[in-house]
Amino acid sequence: MAETPLRKRRLIDPHIHMVSRTTDDYQAMANAGVVAVIEPAFWTGQPRTEIGTFKDYFSCLVGFERFRASQFGIKHYCTIGLNSKEANNEALAEEVIELLPRFAGKEGVVAIGEIGYDEMTKAEEKFFRIQLELAKEMDLPVMIHTPHRNKKVGTSRSMDVCMEHGIPPSKVVIDHNNEETCKEVLDRGFWAAFTIYPKTKMGNQRMVDIAKRYGSDRVIVDSSADWGNSDALAVPKTANLMITSGISEAAVDAMCYGNALLAYGQSGQMKESDWLDAAVIDPKREFEGNSLLRGGGPEAPEDSRLIV
Amino acid sequence: MSAQTLLLDWLKARLTPEALAWLEEKAALIATGAPEKTVFTTFSSCIRYSGKAPLNLESAALKAAGSEVPGWNPSDWTCDQAARAFLLTSLPPGPGSAATLGRLWQTADVGEAVALQKSLAVLANPEGQMPWAREAIRSNIKAVFEAITLRNPYPALHFDNVGWNQMVVKTFFVDSPMHEIEGLDRRVNPPLARMLADLAHERWAAGRAFSPQLWRCVGPCADERALEDLKKLLGSAAPTEKRAAALALKSCPDPRAATILEADPALAAAARDGSLTWENL
Repeated sequence: MAETPLRKRRLIDPHIHMVSRTTDDYQAMANAGVVAVIEPAFWTGQPRTEIGTFKDYFSCLVGFERFRASQFGIKHYCTIGLNSKEANNEALAEEVIELLPRFAGKEGVVAIGEIGYDEMTKAEEKFFRIQLELAKEMDLPVMIHTPHRNKKVGTSRSMDVCMEHGIPPSKVVIDHNNEETCKEVLDRGFWAAFTIYPKTKMGNQRMVDIAKRYGSDRVIVDSSADWGNSDALAVPKTANLMITSGISEAAVDAMCYGNALLAYGQSGQMKESDWLDAAVIDPKREFEGNSLLRGGGPEAPEDSRLIV
Repeated sequence: MSAQTLLLDWLKARLTPEALAWLEEKAALIATGAPEKTVFTTFSSCIRYSGKAPLNLESAALKAAGSEVPGWNPSDWTCDQAARAFLLTSLPPGPGSAATLGRLWQTADVGEAVALQKSLAVLANPEGQMPWAREAIRSNIKAVFEAITLRNPYPALHFDNVGWNQMVVKTFFVDSPMHEIEGLDRRVNPPLARMLADLAHERWAAGRAFSPQLWRCVGPCADERALEDLKKLLGSAAPTEKRAAALALKSCPDPRAATILEADPALAAAARDGSLTWENL
């Protein structure tokens, strides 16, 4: 099938694990109009066995990865949290919980996340609740990872637990939705995020159908691209497909840009001016020497703000 | 007047009364030995109160900074950096605080890392901060590298030649402005001159341009090969390179350098009478 060429528009990918992506991805995302990304703390494939590896991972999210993104003119934000899979190593999880406040208040941390359920074990439940309390204490939004297995029940229960802790739905993004979960999420007033994975979670043709059915209010599109089979251009591609499928510009902007900004902007750590006011990238200052681009530098965009 | 008082004065003129009250309250807690967790969270959330506007210090303030701490040049400091430095100067003296600073560095975000490195200008216990000051030289994050390297008196005062030379050569490597290194001329040494001359030869071999400021640190310790290089440059057609060669030769105590320099009497005179300098190169 012939690919429709990507249309360049201002986009946010509010869920992407850039630590496992290459500079080619950053370049392609910048070229496609992505101005900001949110990188949720998650697991890294290989289960961690030491607290120090968590510490360095969190430091990387607020340090080196932020710098890497900046070299391509992309603003990098992150969420901090203990993921549900690794919550099952209880002794280690206790140590991670102790570590979280040290990172949760840093600049550019826009939520506690991604947290929630994997197998819905007791340990997962315990650390999910502890982190909801942390979000409350820090006055931060929450990013919920919904489970792959037993998804519908896990999604409902995630919302129930948020309500039990007195967290308003307007401060919670429920991620990895599908046709079966999104109605309840939207009906209950939560943000509903959709991960566009080529073969598993949600294809972008299905996303178009969902957008047509439910509208754009509180709907968010992301890639969740990581070290597995995923697509760092999922948001631009989906935006493009939506437009060619007759969804309005305003609705596409909401789902692929504005809603993420509204939801995570509640942290006070993410403002549109962060990228609109950013200085014009000076390739000479930023890209030379032993920086990541090693003298190469990206092709200079005609408009460094990447706005069409 | 102390550096801490200066920082507070500058912040008083720039922060809201609420932000200032928050900062002073936290600094008082830290000064009286608050738990480390308080130091970490205060240092992080500080930016929410301070903002990150440039301080834009007037010349009198810059002068006061330089007379309080020789070489301290906060001309490019921002409010968050000043506020964070103010908090750090509140830490009680002793090894406990040095260890806390090291742990702050380990988990710093980019803005915090820059503030920590700039704060080295005014922190007590300089030897205790050496490991993370040296680590910033290894950083690929240019803002962090420049925070320790440029307009900061710490390296010239405390780095040994190994650390100093790596820093100066890397400054070239990443195209940072070498003339903004504090103590540059004071710390020239033969291994540095040789490393820089090697770098010049590498760049020539690769056909890549480099700043002729490089010769500034070569001249005073120029060996036979470097003198040959300078001789060639002085006779070249590139005006900036010629001027750099003249200045480098003038700074070289080896009598052969003076002889070489005589090949261009006009430049030799300009270098000697002070009308030609590294600043106006």
